Amino acid sequence: MSHHIIDLVDLSKDFDGEEALKNINLYIRNGEFLTLLGPSGCGKTTMLRLIAGFESPSSGKVYIDGVDVTNVPAYKRKVNTVFQKYALFPHLNVYDNVAFGLKLKKVDKKVIDRKVREMLEMVDLKGFENRSVDALSGGQQQRVAIARALANEPEVLLLDEPLGALDLKLRKEMQIELKRMQQQLGITFVYVTHDQEEALTMSDTIVVMRKGVIQQIGTPIDIYNEPKNAFVADFIGESNILPGVMVEDYFVEFAGQGFNCVDKGFSPNEAVDVVIRPEDIKLVPPADSPLTGVVKSVVFMGVHYEMQIDAGAYTFLVHSTGKAEEGSHVGLSFFPDDIHIMRKDTGE
Amino acid sequence: MKRKYFATPYLVWLIVLIVAPMILIMYYAFTGQADGAFTLDNIRTALDPVYMKVFLRSLELALVSTVICLLLGYPIAYFLSRMSPRKAAILSMLFIVPMWMNFLLRTYAWMNLLDTNGLINQMLVALGLGRAKLMNTTGAVVVGMVYNYLPFMILPIYNILQKMPKSNIEAAQDLGGTNFQVFTRVVFPLSLPGVISGITMVFIPCITTFAISRLLGGSQFMLYGDLIENQFLSVGQVNGGWNVGAALSCIMMVLVFICMAITNHIDKGEENGGTLL
Repeated sequence: MSHHIIDLVDLSKDFDGEEALKNINLYIRNGEFLTLLGPSGCGKTTMLRLIAGFESPSSGKVYIDGVDVTNVPAYKRKVNTVFQKYALFPHLNVYDNVAFGLKLKKVDKKVIDRKVREMLEMVDLKGFENRSVDALSGGQQQRVAIARALANEPEVLLLDEPLGALDLKLRKEMQIELKRMQQQLGITFVYVTHDQEEALTMSDTIVVMRKGVIQQIGTPIDIYNEPKNAFVADFIGESNILPGVMVEDYFVEFAGQGFNCVDKGFSPNEAVDVVIRPEDIKLVPPADSPLTGVVKSVVFMGVHYEMQIDAGAYTFLVHSTGKAEEGSHVGLSFFPDDIHIMRKDTGE
Repeated sequence: MKRKYFATPYLVWLIVLIVAPMILIMYYAFTGQADGAFTLDNIRTALDPVYMKVFLRSLELALVSTVICLLLGYPIAYFLSRMSPRKAAILSMLFIVPMWMNFLLRTYAWMNLLDTNGLINQMLVALGLGRAKLMNTTGAVVVGMVYNYLPFMILPIYNILQKMPKSNIEAAQDLGGTNFQVFTRVVFPLSLPGVISGITMVFIPCITTFAISRLLGGSQFMLYGDLIENQFLSVGQVNGGWNVGAALSCIMMVLVFICMAITNHIDKGEENGGTLL
């Protein structure tokens, strides 16, 4: 984790007046696994394409390894891309797909051969050299796409929702494998996804985006535990988000009750968003908590039960390994540091 | 009523208009005019060097026209595929609309243009370059064929280029391909099925044409299509013209079939990862 491999400076991009990215400033450290996370249309893919060189920015600069590459075409950049739908060349077999980049560079045949075999071994496709890419399964095509991009020995690998088309089990396996490859090769991965779980399991750094603006940059733990605003809290895992009033430092009112909390620095009686994670809420006998409600639904989720509890002003989502009976009256309890206070979202 | 009966009209159509005429051609090609008995005489006559020479000339002109169509059609299709869909739709109409006109009418128009006193010669004279003999030349026939069949080359190539996923091109750029390399290594190989179908759709009508060579090449300019027409209409049934004409048609079918098989074979070779380029 040393110098910056990529710097984006005041980067903006609009398509026919539609702003896809607004004034982005971001650096990516050499060797890290960075994920651009956000809902569709948040500009994450546009950012990746600007780094790859498939689009040019409306304003701002892209630096790779400290060099301004804003006007450098894609084929001259030291980055390679794994495309969403793999974009393998259907007229070439597995071997020639992986060798494509090296052949263009007129690398010695023996070197190409060694490199291609090494790559195919890494992605576990030894013996598939002469197969047609159309005859491969989705997961295998994915591996070929990764091998093809890595054969060029890029300094940065860009991945555009590469696991989107795979089924859940395969996706989990590939997540682990991608992380392993990244650590083994020691190169930078920039990964685009809308799947928060994927982002949390693989990344060193997560960049949460919305409507072309970066919402928060941080480690998975930071982002999960200390979301900066209601949008991030809602996007990263499930959340209870309630309107509240910050009466004074360390004291907040919501759902018709006052609670002690650990936040300060708001103006007196400032309207805020209050976020409580469903797994941070404990069910207690009604007499033990000022906040009570009626259990409206109980769904078994495997490890835990997901329950909706109607507390009058707000229906809380609660995850708990203990089950409450539907229709029963329960108390809701949480610690002061489980209450996350956020300034009202201005929509930006 | 069972579903399969819906195909009945199509089957009837197929039998009456395609299978029956083919059987008749075979019948005439392999029977004598006088007795209707089986004979190879017609085929022997049709393979006469005089006739084969006409076939070779037809083949040569068809090849030249097809190559010119490809050289003109590919770049046009390529640029159309790069345009916004709206612009491309308007421009491709320019190629399609002339096809709505009758084929003979279009060829007559060229007769007027190429005539000794036609528009082109008038311009040449006005420029002080003197008259040129344009009509009744090989060039005129090739121009006529290229003009008439060019859209059949453009459309299949345009179709396949336009449907080609952009990510394939981006992947090639991403892996270090210059624009030229991207074209030769990815775009062109992937567009080959369109090229093959364009070649087929231009080559076959070119090699069988008789009207264009008659109108633009003059009566002395005989192609294989003229030969067959001549046998049927001028020599006539009583003199065995139908039988020789049918035999000529059979030979043409076989030769065209061989040409197409070769083209398809080249196409397959590409798909299997061969590098013809």
